[in-house]
Amino acid sequence: MAIMTVIEAVREAMREEMRRDASVFILGEDVGRRGGVFLATQGFIDEFGEQRVIDTPLAEAAIAGVAVGAAMAGMRPIAEVQFGDFMFPVFNQIVGEAARIRYGTNGKLHVPMVVRSPYGGHVRGGLFHSQSPEAYFAHTPGLKVVTPATPYDAKGLLKAAIRSNDPVVFLEHKRTYRAVRGEVPDGDYVVPIGVADIKRAGDAATIVTYGLTLHYSLQAAEVLAGEGVEVEVVDLRTVSPIDRETVLESVRKTSRALVVHEDNLSLGVGAEVSAIIAEHAFDSLDAPVMRVAGPDIPAMPFAPTLEAAYMPTADKIEAALRRLLEY
Amino acid sequence: MAVDNASIMTQTMNDLPSGLNAEDLVDIYANMVLIRTLDERIWAMNRQGKAAIVASSQGHEAAQLASVWALRHHAKDYFCFTYYRDLAVTVSQGLTPTEALLGFLAKEGEPMSGARQFPQHGAIPDRKVINISNVVATHISHAVGWALAAKMRGEPTVVAAYMGDGATSQGEVHEAMNFASVMKLPVVFIVENNKYAISVPQHRQMNVTEVSSRAVGYGMPGVTVDGTDVVASYAACAEAVERAARGEGPSLVELDVERYLPHTSDDDDSVYRAKEEIDEARKRDPLAKLKALLQSAGLMTDERDAELRESARREVDAATDAAEAAPFPPDDDVLERVFEEVG
Repeated sequence: MAIMTVIEAVREAMREEMRRDASVFILGEDVGRRGGVFLATQGFIDEFGEQRVIDTPLAEAAIAGVAVGAAMAGMRPIAEVQFGDFMFPVFNQIVGEAARIRYGTNGKLHVPMVVRSPYGGHVRGGLFHSQSPEAYFAHTPGLKVVTPATPYDAKGLLKAAIRSNDPVVFLEHKRTYRAVRGEVPDGDYVVPIGVADIKRAGDAATIVTYGLTLHYSLQAAEVLAGEGVEVEVVDLRTVSPIDRETVLESVRKTSRALVVHEDNLSLGVGAEVSAIIAEHAFDSLDAPVMRVAGPDIPAMPFAPTLEAAYMPTADKIEAALRRLLEY
Repeated sequence: MAVDNASIMTQTMNDLPSGLNAEDLVDIYANMVLIRTLDERIWAMNRQGKAAIVASSQGHEAAQLASVWALRHHAKDYFCFTYYRDLAVTVSQGLTPTEALLGFLAKEGEPMSGARQFPQHGAIPDRKVINISNVVATHISHAVGWALAAKMRGEPTVVAAYMGDGATSQGEVHEAMNFASVMKLPVVFIVENNKYAISVPQHRQMNVTEVSSRAVGYGMPGVTVDGTDVVASYAACAEAVERAARGEGPSLVELDVERYLPHTSDDDDSVYRAKEEIDEARKRDPLAKLKALLQSAGLMTDERDAELRESARREVDAATDAAEAAPFPPDDDVLERVFEEVG
């Protein structure tokens, strides 16, 4: 059992899968000699060669479109999109094309590709290096959208994504890359896509979250635990498909639900989770479902004061938990 | 149909490009007759309210068939990424008239998409044709990706990426052509230039007279030939296919064709195109041109042509009956095949 950062776990997952399966290859900007701007593919070009670790022209739509074509032909491309904010030039190829190919060919073709992208803020990334694009993709049937928050989950889920026979948008929160460390078992294991994980057990309330805000939620839960109030923290890990059963089971136990995410509030994953709880656990609720999320502004600003004002931090989550518990 | 340059064609017949022989031309002509007959039937069935939407291939047949024959003769293996106007590619690759009509009538058993998509969209990988999308030019990078996969596996596949002139205005075409050339991938970009993107004429799409002139910007060969001339189209495609097969990278082949009908059955071209212009274009009809060439070489007679047309009509009649008799897909299929079935 090794202690790794999230970026090390991501690297390990890809390295093991590339050793295991010759159809797996990587393409993206600066993934070769540079090893990726976050070093996810550091050293790969030496081990696997430039045929399987492809530095592409600076053209995100082509990166995704070429990956779609190669995947239809039976390869398992991992396309790296350098920042989550650059997913929008890729949007058409993923949402318009990759997601519909199994359906639109009546099952004749499928697209076993992964689009990896570092997303999220609280890293002084400003409007175009901080965004959380998951809701756009999660809205699209035909795609799986995975958002790990720990090294263990990152490695196991990325392996599952690479082995998936359907397209996966794999979003890695860039603040967790080096800030979050954790135990990762040696060798092969897979964390199934679409299964949430209870990261902290409790009975007073349920937080449903994913990504960086998992860690801020755990901090808030820790504060309340010091007061004898145990909050359960459910890490979705996958935002599409959402693991309804784990969410509902927890909420039926605690009777109170707080949904937390960094993406802006409206029409996002939190709205869907809230609707699932309202539809299927209404009788269990002692309080309305509450949400803590980024505000509805176009994107996360650059200045530290503005960025802090945007972020759903542990303080904000703790305050919301108190409102929820007092309701 | 007046064809005034029979003497030039006779010379061409005596000097066919390598790989193309007289029997091929007869075969291509028979395909043309069948596909034109089918295309006309589909258009008529639209006007009868039976086929919801049609994009006619009339005027493009020589370009499409010449490219397919060039792929067959000059590549060990090949694959076609088509667009919506490529009926001659799909049918010559083995989509039967019945299967094509199942698509236009959206009937059960349609092989490309199970009638989930517009006609001619989906995939028949066993017949080397994929046409995923109705969003213009999104498939060009797919073709490049297919070629990349083939190259990585050491397979001898040459990929043909078909598009219209309007498609070349899309940024993704630039990205895909550049990518393919940088990576020296075995792709032939085939632009069927009919000079209209729905209603917008070529001079409002681009400030060049030849799309192929852009190839230099990608460091690859580009050529423009008469796409109503099977022989010229074949020669240009064959050269590009061979370059791809040799591992030297992609080429751009622009085939100058005509569009005899509106963009689709939902379009009214009379508001943007003069009748005289279409009449003039009909003088380049690829069927008439190939027939004249064959006649000049003693390979076709009016009697034989009439037999071919009658045979095509009977085949299309039978296909029409079969497709009309077929049921629509069952409604409980609507939720199926979104993801892989697990379990």
